[in-house]
Parts: sequence; structure tokens; C-alpha cells
Amino acid sequence: MSRIQQHLSAAKEAGKKILVAYVVNGDPFPEATLPTLQKMVEQGVDIIELGVPFSDPMAEGPVIQKGHERALVHHTSLKGTLQLVKTFRKTNQTTPIVLMGYANPVERFGYHAFAKAAAEAGVDGLLTVDLPPEEVVDLKKELDANGLDNIFLLAPTTTVERAKKIAALASGFLYYVSLKGVTGAGHLDVADVKQKLDAFGELTDLPLCVGFGIKDPATAKAIAELADGVVIGSVLVEKMGQMEKNSADEIANAVGEIVGGIRRAI
Amino acid sequence: MNSKETVNTASVDYAQFPDSEGRFGIFGGRFVSETLIHALDELEDIYYRLKDDPDFQAEFDKDLAHYVGRPSPLYFAERWTRELGGAKIFLKREDLNHTGAHKVNNTIGQALLAKFTGKKRVIAETGAGQHGVATATVAARLGLKCRVYMGSEDVKRQALNVYRMKLLGAEVFPVTSGSRTLKDAMNEAMRDWATNVDDTFYIIGTAAGPHPYPELVRDFQCVIGREAREQCLTQTGKLPDALVACVGGGSNAIGLFHPFLTDTSVKMYGVEAGGLGLDSGKHAAPLNRGIPGVLHGTRTYLMEDENGQIIETHSVSAGLDYPGVGPEHSWLKDIGRVNYVAINDDEALAAFRKLTLTEGIMPALESAHAMAYVEKLAPQMSKDQIIIANLSGRGDKDILTVAALDGITV
Repeated sequence: MSRIQQHLSAAKEAGKKILVAYVVNGDPFPEATLPTLQKMVEQGVDIIELGVPFSDPMAEGPVIQKGHERALVHHTSLKGTLQLVKTFRKTNQTTPIVLMGYANPVERFGYHAFAKAAAEAGVDGLLTVDLPPEEVVDLKKELDANGLDNIFLLAPTTTVERAKKIAALASGFLYYVSLKGVTGAGHLDVADVKQKLDAFGELTDLPLCVGFGIKDPATAKAIAELADGVVIGSVLVEKMGQMEKNSADEIANAVGEIVGGIRRAI
Repeated sequence: MNSKETVNTASVDYAQFPDSEGRFGIFGGRFVSETLIHALDELEDIYYRLKDDPDFQAEFDKDLAHYVGRPSPLYFAERWTRELGGAKIFLKREDLNHTGAHKVNNTIGQALLAKFTGKKRVIAETGAGQHGVATATVAARLGLKCRVYMGSEDVKRQALNVYRMKLLGAEVFPVTSGSRTLKDAMNEAMRDWATNVDDTFYIIGTAAGPHPYPELVRDFQCVIGREAREQCLTQTGKLPDALVACVGGGSNAIGLFHPFLTDTSVKMYGVEAGGLGLDSGKHAAPLNRGIPGVLHGTRTYLMEDENGQIIETHSVSAGLDYPGVGPEHSWLKDIGRVNYVAINDDEALAAFRKLTLTEGIMPALESAHAMAYVEKLAPQMSKDQIIIANLSGRGDKDILTVAALDGITV
């Protein structure tokens, strides 16, 4: 059983909602990431979603775009991200880590080499925004062979018929994109989310986590009542951007505080 | 990923590409986030239903004839031919189209598709502004709301086209992320599309992006090659020996090349932007110096660093200043059907002046890259041979750029 499945089954047994939290590796500077991840764990995060910076992050809103840009100033790479995970694993062998990013850096690394290196580093899953089910086939074979979960997205525009196919391929958890748009957008409609989740929930036994547009404890609470878990990202990345001049520990504490607030709310 | 295939190009059935998955060999595909899949499925359905529909084709042909002014002439550049002393040079005059470039062939076609979907808002990305103008033009004509994404650097470089779009009722949205040029404008247009997918039609300007865009843009632009083939046969009694066209995203080139692909005697040259020289690293020539990767919804040759980050490109011509290229060109390169070469900024500028002085035709700086390659190619060919070069756009928009390089403020 994968680390993600173990962790999520345990959460389910305890009747706990799943909290997934996203930051960009290397944002706002490389030394900030490790203490931030550790603080997030302390404050009750279940799954770390670690953003791999890319020059052209097409699905991101302005806040996370800037996070990618800040990280790239320091030449943060996919290789460097695996190195960071390796370091994190020295003191934490239990918290699942999913890398979230775009196809091209993985293509450049090579699917086979990447899957092997990621598994060795202690990565548990991969979410590649621009690899929908039709395009992820070759990469997924390599991920499967190395015990890594490929995390699939469901969107408000996904038909039930298509969602069925996606659910059949998925492992770990399913990520429901709560709105049409980019990360951090401000028009999340809870009633809409409920309607879609009711339909999708019947298709799978995997946990459904909802992300995009969850900005504060109140929204997180409202969404957590409908889903198995929530994903937060922009709210953390925004804080990290504001604290560019602060120390790594100060950044880690501030991010931890937000994570803790959401944890208590859901 | 190994992209090379061993192919006997004479036996390729080009009409079968893209395949049912939207691929040209390993290239193409649909690399977008889940949110956009449904819209692309819908577009594919509509396009496949309409492409062979006689009423749709008749409406497209009518617009091309009476609104765009087609067919565009195939002009024998006699004086230039004499000066170069080799093959006869014919220019396909896409510069004479309404709005001054080939771009409008595609925006007319996509606007008809938009009309059919009932969507009331169109968006576009633009580099030099030609596609933005062509989109704003058809939007004005059909009464559609129009927003054009343009890198803030390009907004500065192409002030004239920005104002032109505004006069046409479009909103020009400056993009300040990333390198602030065409690729970033395309990112932002994709984000807009994902947000407003219910009521918005995305008019992509080149034969790139996710399937079915490379196919439908190509099909709309193929009017260039179909006309040129017929005109050449009528005027000279034979097929051309060589075709030359500039390649940024590559829509004018694929439009000229595609109807000739099965004519095995016709050689083809796609001309990329060599910028300050291929060895300088400051160019926009992914087919010459890039490697296959994934960007903007498609797998194709890209300019990127060793970590897979897309790198900034350089070209004197904003319309070629793009790190990727349409996926069909990547495939045609790998199977060896088309030769992709590069022309530097200086050579393109010289050709811009040369054609202006010799033939009284001022080419766009993009098209000037093709003209510069003709200057190299024609003298190596014999006098009874024929070159067709695509004069994809007129150079009026570039006068200020050329003047600035001369140190003149107009």
C-alpha cells in the first residue's frame, strides 16, 4: 500500500478531513522550503503538494505564477526538487509528497529516469497539469512500475462519462478543480461544487479533494463538509511572496499559522 | 524521446495526419488541463462536422473572395529574378489580403466556427499584432466581443497595431508575466479560455496549440497553396521546383506547403528566425536548434534549457519571436520532407530593403526572412526552374522598427 493510501485510510478511520497544502519549491528562496514543509506538517497537513517551478505555468493564477517566477530566479529545477524531497525524508518518512507541475521538465528529465529518481527520493505521487489521461499513458507506466500514484484532475467541465474513465485509472486521490479558471481565482460557488461532487463521488472509492479558490478557513470548512479533503495553495504562496525579505524560519512560521487555522476549521 | 523516424516520404499519405489522437508522428496531441478538454472535444466535433459541409465551405469561400479579396495574385518578380540570375521567382501575394497578411484566412474560418457555436466572445493572442488585428477585424464584422492578449513588450514595440485593434473595438490586454512576449500572451489567453470557456471561443493565430487547432488552422490556410499550385500551372504550365516560406508558428508555411506535399518533385524550405546567429543562442529557430518538448498544448520542437524551462527567444521580427513551432512542421522535419533553414536579422533586413527597391513591394519583416533565403537559393538553381515564395504580409507595420534601426524617428 502506498504512503498516500496508508495516510488517507488512517485519516478516514479517524473521521478526519484531508488537508493538502501547496507551496512552490524554491519560493521565495531555496532555503525557505524545507522549514516551511516541516512547519506545515507540524500544523496538521496530510499531504504536501510541492510545486515544481516552470517558465510557463498555464493553469496558475497571478499569485502562483509569481511564486514560480521567484523560484526560477534561483534556478530551482526538477532535479533540485527531488534533492529537496530526499533531504525532507531524512526526518520525515510518513507525510506523503505529491509533486505538482507541468509536462516539459519531466519530458526533459526522461519519463523512465524521472520515475526511478522520484521514487528513490521519496516522492509518492505526481500531478502534471498538462498531462490529461490521454497524454499521460507512457509516463503512467513508468510511475506504476515505481509505485508512484498519478493524481488525476476532475473539472467542472468533465462529463460524468469521462469522469468514470478517469476514476478507473486513478490511484491515491482525485483532485476536483472547484471552478472554471486558474488557481487562486475568486469565484468559487459552493452549491456548484456540491452538485458535481455528488455526481463524481458515486464513481469512485478514492478520496475526493477539492482545490482552486479556497482562500480562508470559512471556505475551507464549507468545502470540507462536501468533500473528503481540501487543497490550499494560493493563500500560502501569497504570504511567502510578501515575506521575500524575511528569514526562512519567519516564513515557515507564517505559513504554518495559516495551515493551522485551516486545519482547525475543517 | 527518440523522435526520428525512417520514412519514405513518397509513400506518406499526408491527408491521414493528424491521426485520430491529433498526432503527427510523436508530435501534436492535446496537452492541456482537464478543464479545457471538453471545449476541445466540442470544437473537434463541430469542425469535423462542418469541414466537409458544402454550405460552410461556400460561406468560407464567399468571405475569402469578397471580404479578403482572394485569390491573391501569384506575381512573377521579373527584375529581382534577373538580378539574382537563377530560378524564376514568383511571389504569392498574401500581403494584398484585407488587413495585410495571411492571418485573416484563418480568422475568417475560426470566426465562422465561433458563429456556429453561438459563443459571443472571442479571444486571441498576438505577437506583432497581425493576428490580433485580423481577429479584431472579424469580431467587428460579426459583432463579437473581442479581447486580444499581447505581451507588454510587444505592446510597446507595436503601438500602431495596438491602436488599430482598439479602433476595431477590441480590448488589448497587456501581459506582464514571464518574458512579456507572444508565449506569455498565449499562456494568458489559455487562462482566460479556461475561465470563460462557456461563452468564449479562442481564435488561435497559428497552426500550433492543442488538437484540433493545428489541423483546422492548416486547413483554413491551405487556400494559399491550392491557389498557388493552380496559378503556377496556369501561368507556367508546370509545378514549381521549390517553395519558400517563413516559419514562426508556421501557419503561412503549412498553408503553402501542404497542398504540394505529395508532389515529390517540389522541394520545400521553411525559414526560421536566426536572430543574431544560430550560434549566438539569441534566435527563434527551434527546428534548427531545439529539441522536442511540450508547450501550449502540443508536443513539438522547443527552445528550452537543460531543465526543460522555456527560454527567451530573439528576432527582429515580433511575429517569429516564439520558442515553439506548429507540430506538423516538427514532423515534416523529422521525416525529411521539408528543409528548415535559418536567416539572421541582418539578412532579413537587407532583403526587406532589396525587395522594396527592386520590386516596389515592402515585405513584413517576417516574410523578409523567406525573401532573404530566396536570395541564397535562386542563384543556385537554373533559369528554367521556378521558386514560389510566400509573401505572407506587408511591411507597413515594420516601418518604425526599420527607421529606428536607421536611427531615424519618424
